[in-house]
Amino acid sequence: MIEVGNLEVSFGEGAAVIRAVRGISFEVAAGETFGLVGESGSGKSTVLRALSGLNPNWSGAMHVDGQALGKRRSKAFHKLVQMVFQDPYGSLHPRHTVDRVLAEPLAIHGMVDVDRRIETALVEVGLGPAFRFRYPHQLSGGQRQRVAIARALILEPKVLLLDEPTSSLDVSVQAEILNLLQRLKRERGLTFILVTHNLAVVAHMCDRLAVMNAGRIVEEMDVAELRRGEASEAYTRQLFNASLGYNRARARELITFE
Amino acid sequence: MSQPLLSVEGLEVRFHTPKGIVEAVRGIGFEVGREKLGIVGESGSGKTMTGRSVLRLIRPPGEVRAKRMVFDGNDLEAIDEVAMREIRGRRIAMVMQDPKFSLNPVMKVGDQIAEAYLVHRKVGAEQARKRTLDMLAAVKIRDPARVYDLYPHEVSGGMGQRVMMAMMLIPEPDLLIADEPTSALDVTVSMQVLAILDDLVTQRGMGLMFISHDLNLVASFCDRVIIMYAGRIVETCKASELKQAKHPYTQGLLASLPRIDRPVGELSVLSRDPAWRDGPVVVDGKMVG
Repeated sequence: MIEVGNLEVSFGEGAAVIRAVRGISFEVAAGETFGLVGESGSGKSTVLRALSGLNPNWSGAMHVDGQALGKRRSKAFHKLVQMVFQDPYGSLHPRHTVDRVLAEPLAIHGMVDVDRRIETALVEVGLGPAFRFRYPHQLSGGQRQRVAIARALILEPKVLLLDEPTSSLDVSVQAEILNLLQRLKRERGLTFILVTHNLAVVAHMCDRLAVMNAGRIVEEMDVAELRRGEASEAYTRQLFNASLGYNRARARELITFE
Repeated sequence: MSQPLLSVEGLEVRFHTPKGIVEAVRGIGFEVGREKLGIVGESGSGKTMTGRSVLRLIRPPGEVRAKRMVFDGNDLEAIDEVAMREIRGRRIAMVMQDPKFSLNPVMKVGDQIAEAYLVHRKVGAEQARKRTLDMLAAVKIRDPARVYDLYPHEVSGGMGQRVMMAMMLIPEPDLLIADEPTSALDVTVSMQVLAILDDLVTQRGMGLMFISHDLNLVASFCDRVIIMYAGRIVETCKASELKQAKHPYTQGLLASLPRIDRPVGELSVLSRDPAWRDGPVVVDGKMVG
């Protein structure tokens, strides 16, 4: 479904150039959930933004559903691939009602039957029609993230790019959103790329994952290997150990990987 | 635990809003010794307000009342603002979640740390600078002399949080209130920051109130844990026994966490029981009230 080959993304020019992504390649099959894991600055979100077209400054080759991607994305691409962002507070317009948020992509793509689609989308994400004319400030964090997911799904895409979709939510709300994503994926046969720093979330959601550090993929593994803690790279092992909780002896052994 | 550093009884925090009174903290009591006390809860549970009320950092229309709030023999309710200033920063310090919003953007980080020292100690600028460099080294910053001259926008999140900690720790407080000190940090940096706090508690005998929403982290890092729900403490237990929590709220939170070691089909979702607001609570494994 998705093929990324030798992707490079850099910011700035000349001496101040920052190579955020340094030639990475991966493939994601249709119906798969692929995790991109790493610490801040590892380039994992940049990969997602380049894929979604939010970052035109890239080189390499990217294909989605057999189509090569150019610098500018077509309308058809956005109907196929949608994104859900980390911060549901920042990604919804504060002065637009839920109705307007959901109607906008439909209008852009000239889709008909707007009323029914909006109501269905709200029911599918567990909110219901009562939420249709509310503003974002009248919603909790979890409800906002549900609206963001509804907005992404209203065009009936095949691929959902998820950038830390639950990291600003409480754990009980996180469980609800992850369950929702799993259900929608089952029902619609979606393909997910999930960017996160939380290895437990990756273990729960993904089939395979790639660990990134300093713009490169350090290691690719399947989730069974992750669960068993069978990482072959020292960086992945350290990330795995750190995510198991605090341990005095281990905390002293931590090193910085460049 | 011998003499607790801080002892709180019947603490209430309420806000008068146009829509009525919001009770953020509803009559809680706890003690902190020279130990790591974890305060866990979801957003809105009152954990941050609890930390802030100890330092009298809640501004009107917020209102703080307590039956008893004593820190090392000082009645925090009774003392005036002048006496409070002797305690705030010097004896009880607080580290906030996000260094981006807690550092002065137009002042070198080193000068900000030195200022915290100069306010509380009668020393010269030269000695304050030296002490600052020592402190930066103590929080595991590799090149203190270089970092001293940086501005907040020039440091990373992890380094900013360590700068904050250096600033809060330089007056050598007896009690540190750390409000989500590591949630903005990567796991590995977070472990290093925790190790620094751990050393201060075990080696210098500092008391630590560690406010967090991360159950796994608190279970592995703290000595004791308080779980807050809707402004009340619903459970207290040893951190090592958190996994065997008895209160349905705590159990629900633990069950909703995805696990790295074993797969679960669907995550269990917390269904909130209205009785948790005022119902019985659990103290060290026993139901009370």
